[in-house]
Amino acid sequence: MTAVIENLDPLLRALGTTVLILVISAAGSLVLGVLITVARVSPIPVLRGAAWAYVQVFVNVPLLALLLLAVFALPDAGLLMPLTTTVIVVLTVYEAAYVAEAVRSGINTVASGQVEAARALGLRLSQTLRHVVVPQAVRAVVQPLGNVMIALLMNTALAATVGVVELTSAVNKVNLVAAQPIPIFTAAGLTYMALALAIGLAAGRIEKKVAIHR
Amino acid sequence: MSHSGAFLYDAPGPRARRRILLGSVVSALVLAGVFALALVQFGRTGQLDADRWTPFLDWPIWSYLLVGLRGTALAAALVAVLAGTFGVLLAIGRLSRNRPLRWLSTGYIEVARTIPVLLLIYLMLFGLPAYGINLPVLWKLVVPLTIANAAVVAEIVRAGVLALPRGQMEAALSLGIRRSQAMRFVVLPQALRHVTPSLVTQLVSLIKDTSLGYVVAFTELLYRAQVLSAYNRLLIQTFLVVALVYLVFNGALSYLAARLRTRVRRQVAPPSGPAEQAADRELETPVVR
Repeated sequence: MTAVIENLDPLLRALGTTVLILVISAAGSLVLGVLITVARVSPIPVLRGAAWAYVQVFVNVPLLALLLLAVFALPDAGLLMPLTTTVIVVLTVYEAAYVAEAVRSGINTVASGQVEAARALGLRLSQTLRHVVVPQAVRAVVQPLGNVMIALLMNTALAATVGVVELTSAVNKVNLVAAQPIPIFTAAGLTYMALALAIGLAAGRIEKKVAIHR
Repeated sequence: MSHSGAFLYDAPGPRARRRILLGSVVSALVLAGVFALALVQFGRTGQLDADRWTPFLDWPIWSYLLVGLRGTALAAALVAVLAGTFGVLLAIGRLSRNRPLRWLSTGYIEVARTIPVLLLIYLMLFGLPAYGINLPVLWKLVVPLTIANAAVVAEIVRAGVLALPRGQMEAALSLGIRRSQAMRFVVLPQALRHVTPSLVTQLVSLIKDTSLGYVVAFTELLYRAQVLSAYNRLLIQTFLVVALVYLVFNGALSYLAARLRTRVRRQVAPPSGPAEQAADRELETPVVR
């Protein structure tokens, strides 16, 4: 345990980096994911196809391959951003595909009568989507979205492989010096569990608050 | 009119058709513009030069990458078998009436789902050797992936068992067979058949996860790509080609999962009236990671 306490300062800073990456990519992927879903159900075939292709790419290609491509390869084409920013962008576009999948299954739960009623009231498609369909779709999938966010938390650890000093990377570094793997890794595991638990509880509370009782 | 958003709008009239056409043209132009910008950027930095791509027409490079693909398949198969077995046992444990067994399985599942695989891999690589536990490279990848995937498989299987009508178990018990037999011969076979699509999707996810072999230096596809790109200095080309290989193989599996999903749904739900249509477009369990 001493190794954890002695290195508390760098470990906490690394935890801050993990949370920073988590929060920004979570917000980004939620927004992007909803936009992709809207494109995916739009009447415009080109948009539908593009959104479908987007989801296929990011659901089937490993995140690590995308990270290596963005961090080590794209600078060769003159595309260079700060390291943490690159990781946040990759995580955002990657997780947005999963958000889009979740929200789309939410759209499938919206009763067609809702859409017909909106149309009867004279709402245009964009209005129907914004005021009727998307709000109900998102409310129906709060719990699955929470699971996507927990997966995002797990995936922030991959930032360690490209050199970002976040929690997993910092823990590994501390262990290489202190050589007390059991307490150090246990502490890290418990921290991740606490963060995941927080996300899960938040999702549960939000779901209770916004659930549609039918 | 068969895609998932089709119920959002009427069959388009002449004006709506004009608008859709206009929208198609505009969005095609925007997408083409973005693509062209990327191509210009790549071209300016010489990434599109023919000699940077022609090496990938040669057999030696492909045979080098195929060895990696074999490693990916081996690791994925091991994890699939181990995590599948372990996951089914965990699901049964979590559903069992034996309290300690139930708590143990539940605890394991909840813990294993919320610890990053990479943390476990670092533990295997740099932590456990200090205690004299030093597994071969393949197992340094397979063990952490099995630990994580078993928990996910367990939850998928449990969801399948819970979704089965209770009458199945009750009918089996009333025939006088034991609970464990009813589970084995009646409940599990049906539950597994229903969750096959989700299990295939999880297989895609674990194939993606084997790319962590890059971290433990196990010879799988991404690791080979990394070694190859360090040798030929064609980073963008190598990683794009490898991403395409992953896309083709996993895309085929994802397509299979989607096909199975519609088939299972057809078997489970007979044709229904309009009132049940919304319920028919049921929630798919989105698989995460």
